[in-house]
Amino acid sequence: MPQLTLVEAVNLALKEEMTRDPRVVVLGQDVGRKGGVFGVTRGLRREFGELRVLDAPIAEIGIAGVAIGAALAGLRPVAEFQFADYIHPAFDQIANEAATISYRSNGVWQCPVVFRAPCGAGVHGGLYHSQSVEAYYGHVPGLTVIVPSGPAEAKGLLKRAIRDPNPVVFFEHKGSYRREREEVPEGETLLPIGQARIDRQGDDVSAITYGIGVHWARQAAAALEADGVSVEILDLRTVHPFDREAVARSVQKTNRALIVHEANKTLGVGAEIAAFLAEELFDSLDAPVGRVAARDCHVPYAEAQERAIIPNAAQVVEAIRRTMAY
Amino acid sequence: MAATVEAATVETATMAATNDAGPLSGEEISLLQGWYRTMLLARAVDELMWIVGAQGKAHFILTSRGHEAAQVASAAALRAGHDYIFTYYRSMAAALQVGVAPEDVFRSVLAKRDDPFAGGRQLPNHFSVRRLRLPAGSSSVATHLPHAAGAGYAARVLGEDTVSVAYFGDGATAKGDFHEALTFAGIWKLPVVFFCENNGLAISVPVELESPAPIHLKGAGYGMPGVRVDGCDPLAVYRAMQEAVTRARRGDGPSLIEAEVVRLVAHSNADDQTVYRTPDELAAAQARDPLPRLRRRLLGAGVAEAALATWESEVRARAEAALSTAEASPDPDAADARKYLYAEA
Ligand SMILES: Cc1ncc(C[n+]2csc(CCOP(=O)(O)OP(=O)(O)O)c2C)c(N)n1
Ligand SMILES: [Mg+2]
Repeated sequence: MPQLTLVEAVNLALKEEMTRDPRVVVLGQDVGRKGGVFGVTRGLRREFGELRVLDAPIAEIGIAGVAIGAALAGLRPVAEFQFADYIHPAFDQIANEAATISYRSNGVWQCPVVFRAPCGAGVHGGLYHSQSVEAYYGHVPGLTVIVPSGPAEAKGLLKRAIRDPNPVVFFEHKGSYRREREEVPEGETLLPIGQARIDRQGDDVSAITYGIGVHWARQAAAALEADGVSVEILDLRTVHPFDREAVARSVQKTNRALIVHEANKTLGVGAEIAAFLAEELFDSLDAPVGRVAARDCHVPYAEAQERAIIPNAAQVVEAIRRTMAY
Repeated sequence: MAATVEAATVETATMAATNDAGPLSGEEISLLQGWYRTMLLARAVDELMWIVGAQGKAHFILTSRGHEAAQVASAAALRAGHDYIFTYYRSMAAALQVGVAPEDVFRSVLAKRDDPFAGGRQLPNHFSVRRLRLPAGSSSVATHLPHAAGAGYAARVLGEDTVSVAYFGDGATAKGDFHEALTFAGIWKLPVVFFCENNGLAISVPVELESPAPIHLKGAGYGMPGVRVDGCDPLAVYRAMQEAVTRARRGDGPSLIEAEVVRLVAHSNADDQTVYRTPDELAAAQARDPLPRLRRRLLGAGVAEAALATWESEVRARAEAALSTAEASPDPDAADARKYLYAEA
């Protein structure tokens, strides 16, 4: 099994899917000649040609809308947005168009598009190269929102997303792109949509998270081992619609929950999970549900300021200690 | 590229028009007779829809009255079931022309369970028929223009000679979706026809406040021909559309057609157009009504008054029967309100 970074894993997923199915196409800014600003689509244009790996103009409404129309006419498009910060013009196409097509056509038309974008801070990208925008899409029925935590996850989930009949919004954390290598299976290893995964078994507290949050939770869990605290890490993978059963199972076991994500706290994914726990698992909780998230701010460029806004592993450790001490 | 734009400008200058008084070939007469019947049907269905709305049996009513010649004749130049048709809420006459059943139009007006477009979930006049390659449209102005470009892109990738057409209004050309769709289609020479039905109004806002330049001139900016036609003259529309469709199917890229039409009634049953249109303006629009004009033309071409009168009553009966059929359909089950949010694999 090859050892791949997340960038290489996504690249391999695209390459395998394009080889398997001639209807799979990729469109986005700089995806062709350059192979993407992060190198995700490197080599694809040479192999599949300029039509199937299309260098799109800087027209995010167009990228999303063309992908939707192509899907209606039989393709399986993967639309890349250069940064999640620049997907906003396409929100209308994704939320008002893609997400509603099945519903408003009585299930007759489907919209199998994957909208991919790199998200996340920590790389000193400032306000417009750092955003985590998954919650916006999580508010929309009909959409599936996936945020993979590592290379093997990214590959298996993306391959599944490409074959899914529904529109999928897929955010890859750019801070995770080259952070680590791991064994990534080649070929037909597909991972399920809508199912969370236990990243680490534990007994005392559930860290419910996704994307780069899994990375922080692992660091925190390792640090807390010395204190004798056993942390269970639940990687949601699909943040919308999220796996309620898996969240319930974990919290029923540990009776304590901390939700971790990089996106802003207010009205974030964590708010919904906390509400779910309050509504459905109140009797299972031995402590208030905690949240670690960004401090409701734009992401500043200056390093010290960025660190002051974006969460980290130390904050997860601290929050778990508070939960345990309750 | 420069050459393309120049060519586009040249084509722009030729305003396609026909002379109503001119002689018609046998083929033209037979085309016009068929279209006249579809236009009559669209008009009859439209009028009945408004009655149903006034009776309180339907909530929201839109109209294609005044747009029928442009829609029917342009749709007639397509290969129904092969070409992709992206319609908008005014496209009822185009929908009938490509094969949508008036019963289904009424089922959607009445939000019936058997409404095949949306099962009663979507507003009336939002057509969706897979067999006709007529994808479900939303209510957002202009969002379907990039979809038409996308279907054109799919045709290129799949190596099919499919053409896609987007129907939209003059106000839609102000939107970013218009710009981005024509940008994509122009760059990649996609087989798309952008068919603008310019009725001079976006609800109440006059076209001068939606577009700073004549709409057909916009084609040149995207490297495609822009043509203006009299949208109340079906033969002129048909010729312009045929040229654009042929060009697209040949692989020579997209076109923009601006068909000048009239909106004969209010924007919808929620609108009072007397607030913003003077009696003179309304009379001028009525004078351009494409139905009496085509009727005169057919009479002039030797079609018998008796034949026209027969079609008119037949079509009326057909529309009324369609309404009765639709009224007999059951209402949707409230339990199905969340059905189809997600497609099943
Ligand atoms: C994006 C968007 N904004 C506003 C509306 C409300 N609206 C519905 S129709 C309309 C006018 C459209 O005018 P035009 O494009 O000229 O088409 P027409 O109705 O005249 O055929 C408006 C503003 C809408 N449906 N979508
Ligand atoms: Mg208009």
